[in-house]
Amino acid sequence: MARKFLVLADLRNGNVRNVTYEILGAARRLSGGGEVSVALLGKDVARLAEGLGAYGADKVYVVEDAQLENYIPDAYSSVLDRLIRTAEPDVVFMAHSAVGRDLAPKLAARFEAGQVSDVIDVAEEGGDLVFTRPIYAGKAFTKVKFREGRVFATVRPNNLPAVEPESGRTAAVETVPSQISADALRTFIREVVKKSTSGVDLTEAKIIVSGGRGVKSADGFKPLYELAEVLGAAVGASRGACDAGYCDYSLQIGQTGKVVTPDLYIACGISGAIQHLAGMSNSKVIVAINKDPEAPIFKVANYGIVGDLFEVVPMLTEEFKKVLAE
Amino acid sequence: MNIIVCMKQTFDTEERIVLENGKIKEDGVKFVINPYDEYAVEEAIRLKEQHGGQVTVITLGPSRAEEALRTALAMGADEGVIIDDPSLFGDEYTAARVLAAAVQKFPYDIILCGNQAVDDGSGQVAVRLAELLGIPHIGTITKLEVAGGKVTAHRDAEGDVEVVEGTLPVLVTAQQGLNEPRYPSLIGIRKANKKSLTRFTAADLGVDAGAVRARTEIVETFLPQPKTGGRILEGDLADQVKELVRALRTEEKVL
Repeated sequence: MARKFLVLADLRNGNVRNVTYEILGAARRLSGGGEVSVALLGKDVARLAEGLGAYGADKVYVVEDAQLENYIPDAYSSVLDRLIRTAEPDVVFMAHSAVGRDLAPKLAARFEAGQVSDVIDVAEEGGDLVFTRPIYAGKAFTKVKFREGRVFATVRPNNLPAVEPESGRTAAVETVPSQISADALRTFIREVVKKSTSGVDLTEAKIIVSGGRGVKSADGFKPLYELAEVLGAAVGASRGACDAGYCDYSLQIGQTGKVVTPDLYIACGISGAIQHLAGMSNSKVIVAINKDPEAPIFKVANYGIVGDLFEVVPMLTEEFKKVLAE
Repeated sequence: MNIIVCMKQTFDTEERIVLENGKIKEDGVKFVINPYDEYAVEEAIRLKEQHGGQVTVITLGPSRAEEALRTALAMGADEGVIIDDPSLFGDEYTAARVLAAAVQKFPYDIILCGNQAVDDGSGQVAVRLAELLGIPHIGTITKLEVAGGKVTAHRDAEGDVEVVEGTLPVLVTAQQGLNEPRYPSLIGIRKANKKSLTRFTAADLGVDAGAVRARTEIVETFLPQPKTGGRILEGDLADQVKELVRALRTEEKVL
């Protein structure tokens, strides 16, 4: 069955995030020859359109406007609303990101449609699209299909298989006027405070170095940041570390907090409360460093070192430095 | 100020998930106010303390959710509303339609919700509700100020903070870090237990259950493969570190 897809390109710091390519791979696979279009919204984003064809886009709608530089629900939804009415997709895909999480349900409500959030897999079964998603932050999973109506879905980064770009494949680029009237925007952004300490976003990071109560203080995170820098990793934390004030809540990983599935998760001084394990135990490889050999984190870890993180982490940093320089 | 909080009762986050006949078992489970909704309740009470007014807490769910409502009342909310009509239980599309009908029975200046529930984790219902009510929303906020009909909120956008402004009426969704929810006082608990709750059915809300039927359907619920625990490295610490790095590179190939 041919299906038409509309994918919202997810951007960060002026670049297309990998999750967009992951979504395009799935859209291409499931389209059955139906058109895969991409909505590319922002300020000065036309330059990004060309690269999307190689990942599976047939058409790219480019909508440029200074009002789209940051995400404003009314601005983004009015543009997407129009694009959906133009392209008439069967499926609207977005990333499960700060933008997609906020925007998809707004549009799904407007189109009286269902939505499946935080998708980690999608397949066609008996003519239906069946979406797999975690519940209870990954303590369990459900498979969901749609009974009726247009499909809205948000996709978790790092989970759908990445596809290799097909060089020479191009998309038709269509520039669409934004038609945003400033009066129609009911909220506006006065200021953006950049707080992300490293350039690597936690939910999309391939490697995460995470600290718990064992880190003992805000200063105690320093060796973790040093290790993260060598590995190009993001730094995360357990609820214990956040509650104790060692770090910002935006770093928290767990059932309350972010759910992550990196290739490598290095847990330092984290005992492994159930609510933390829910947020990270689906990582591909888990390394635990903890003084307490009985800590529950060792039950989910692929590799464990029983020892003091302040001794082990700097040694790891040195060893990685040495090996990666080879 | 008329303040509405929409909340859900969920499993405590320390609970394990057990399946029985393909369904999640609820026997013996400790239930709590969804932690994100608890931030919303706390913030609502603080707004009332600052500006005066009334906090109405609304929940859609089975009758066990009454306990969560009473907790919110004990914290300081004024009125509790439960929609425990099973014909209105469906997916996020259903929940938002039903809550919109319930919310419209009350005056409101601001609506607060959690940004997601720790069970389904969809993060849809609050945003949908704002859209259905025709009011703007500000999602995943970590700070809120309301003054003279103007709202300023800090929105958590993947680690960055957006300072967002708007005007009432507005719906905001609470993110962790917004506040530290209070514990109900003994007097609060006693008062809350005596309060009568408002109950709504589909007929009370004028909602046709067929018209708000779930758009989605759960085909299967399953548990992840249990982890067996891996290798605890042994020997001299320097050797352990070397061995770990080697294994990550050559066996796991994650570097």
